[in-house]
Amino acid sequence: MSLTIENLHASVDGNEILKGLNLEIPAGEVHAIIGPNGSGKSTLSKIIAGHDDYEVSEGRVLLDGVDIAKLAVDERSRAGIFLAFQYPAEVPGVSNANFLRAALQARLPEGEEIDAVAFYKGMYAKMDELEMNRKFTSRSVNEGFSGGEKKRNEILQMIMLDPRYCLLDETDSGLDIDALKVVAKGVNSMRSENRGFLVITHYQRLLDYIKPDHVHVMADGQIVKSGGAELALKLEESGYDFLKTA
Amino acid sequence: MNSETATVKQVAFEKDDVGNFSFPESHKFDAGYGLTKDTVDYISKVKDEPAWVNEFRHKALKTFESKPMPTNWATRDLENIDFDAIRYYLSDGAKPKRSWDEVPPEVLETFDRLGVPEQERAFLAGVEAQYDSEAAYSNVKEALADEGVIFVTCSEGLKEHEEIFRPWFGKVIPTGDNKFSALNSAVMSGGSFIYIPPGVKVKHPLQAYFRINSENFGQFERTLIIADEGSEVMYMEGCTAPKFETATLHSAVVELVAMKGAKIQYITVQNWSSNVFNLVTKRGLAHEDAEIRWIDCNIGSRLTMKYPGVVMKGERARGEVISIALANDGQHQDTGAKMIHAANNTTSNVISKSISVGEGRSTYRGQVHIPKHLKGCKNNTECDALLINTNSRTDTYPAISVKGNQHVTQHEASVSQVSQEMLFYMQQRGISEAAAMSLAVNGFINDLVSEFPMEYSVELKRLIELEMEGSVG
Repeated sequence: MSLTIENLHASVDGNEILKGLNLEIPAGEVHAIIGPNGSGKSTLSKIIAGHDDYEVSEGRVLLDGVDIAKLAVDERSRAGIFLAFQYPAEVPGVSNANFLRAALQARLPEGEEIDAVAFYKGMYAKMDELEMNRKFTSRSVNEGFSGGEKKRNEILQMIMLDPRYCLLDETDSGLDIDALKVVAKGVNSMRSENRGFLVITHYQRLLDYIKPDHVHVMADGQIVKSGGAELALKLEESGYDFLKTA
Repeated sequence: MNSETATVKQVAFEKDDVGNFSFPESHKFDAGYGLTKDTVDYISKVKDEPAWVNEFRHKALKTFESKPMPTNWATRDLENIDFDAIRYYLSDGAKPKRSWDEVPPEVLETFDRLGVPEQERAFLAGVEAQYDSEAAYSNVKEALADEGVIFVTCSEGLKEHEEIFRPWFGKVIPTGDNKFSALNSAVMSGGSFIYIPPGVKVKHPLQAYFRINSENFGQFERTLIIADEGSEVMYMEGCTAPKFETATLHSAVVELVAMKGAKIQYITVQNWSSNVFNLVTKRGLAHEDAEIRWIDCNIGSRLTMKYPGVVMKGERARGEVISIALANDGQHQDTGAKMIHAANNTTSNVISKSISVGEGRSTYRGQVHIPKHLKGCKNNTECDALLINTNSRTDTYPAISVKGNQHVTQHEASVSQVSQEMLFYMQQRGISEAAAMSLAVNGFINDLVSEFPMEYSVELKRLIELEMEGSVG
């Protein structure tokens, strides 16, 4: 069981952003990608999620062995891929509760309805863990949210949708240390042998709280170096300069 | 179209497409095609009207004929209405039944399908159900009748309650207000007359349902609602018609009179098929401390032109228009509001949200008038447009004429689109593109939908979801 990326080439408006990227995230492991701005980290997560701004010219993404090239964004989601956005979109007029409910409803067979009581009970329990105010459920999705509220909301959705593979795109950006701890706690609570994580980050800081099993350095559309958790620490000390000499 | 078969004619009938079916015609009274003095006399005769009404009609016919189409400011699509290809009166008789048991089977089945008797049992204080030119059914709960509430058809009102009816009839909207108010005045039939006695607060809504069953037909209901001092009433109207190949005309006139301290809420959920020209004049007169609210939802039709208005005649009167319009392919929703401040310290509020889907076009036209000699008047106008596709269109024509410097007015307008980023986000959570679009549209109008009674807001959301199907991809 794994999320596997094989020789992925992708471009937007004719500019190649991924240039033959290989990565395997087995279920049960947390992989981190770090790299300088513009290395293609965020693009990778959007391509895995199926964003149609990007054209995949070569290579493939396998979800537990199945090529997902033909699946639409929502189908990939229901197949088990979750992307926690760096900048989650606002959906005016749609409450967080209704939004989550629609997302869960989309996973049920036709004709089956969500049990509203169980839904709210489950959501409230998770919100308590993430230290979220109950009033949050009736607010519009991400509208007027602080950076920290948006990220907590992403993690709440991730927990509620119970995905197979979680992609976290710069989840630490815009978080103070307390919020970061809460978010990391939420992510850590989801770690299991059935679930894989890809944590994309610019800073080591997040990895102090979400301990990765493997760290990959991305530069210019490729993975240029892989190692254990210590690799991130080394980078934090010496910066990305070694890439130039490596 | 006179279908020979006795079965329901269903044009691509689907389970969700509730309004799209029709029965073969079996009208006893048919004024025939075209509009002449004879048409007017025919209608008066069938309805056994007093002479003053017949005179009123003839005068209106002259006014109608003398007025040009308002194409100097409105769409030229109006020129496609062929007044000679329309029948102006179709009915089985002018007297509505008081019990559903006496309503002809095909008419009963029509309203059953539209859920009218069911709603009546569930939460309505009174119902009128109009089928082509006349109400087939009209009834008000006994307890209300005992309190002196009158809820009858307009034809009954002008004959049986002339002393209350006549002083206000045609006073809020004069015959010559516009070409279509004149047309309605010439051939009016059906619609409601409501009178609420002083101090009576009607808890549950009164409802009228306007159903067009016949092709090449014009429906011209006329409604007058008078809420006497300190009374309150909520009136709901729903409208549907089958999808015919040819154009159908619906041209109503609705007059509201709120006496001192009275409150009237008038709620419309129209879901016309896309062959209907819907050209409606609606206006209310609010006396001292009175309040009139128009809550208007326009879905469907080929062209809707409707600008509900409130004339605030007494001090501290309040007027409000809350409107939602959805224009799909081949449809033009030309809607708005008129707020005429005619006394000190009057307040008006206009909130309009329109959604244009595919090649649909929505237009907002607003008029706010506050003359120089008044003081302490307030107006708030907000109009927001949502464009779904790149070829959708919206236009805004606000006209706010405020004289003097002792007033407060504010106006906000916005045009937005459902962004790709928003859709991607929703889809990433597993929601299909169509469902995501529908969710975004419902979110856009959510704060206005909550102004509708619960029973209708559910229906409204469903109608909008239906309209959004096939709008993406």
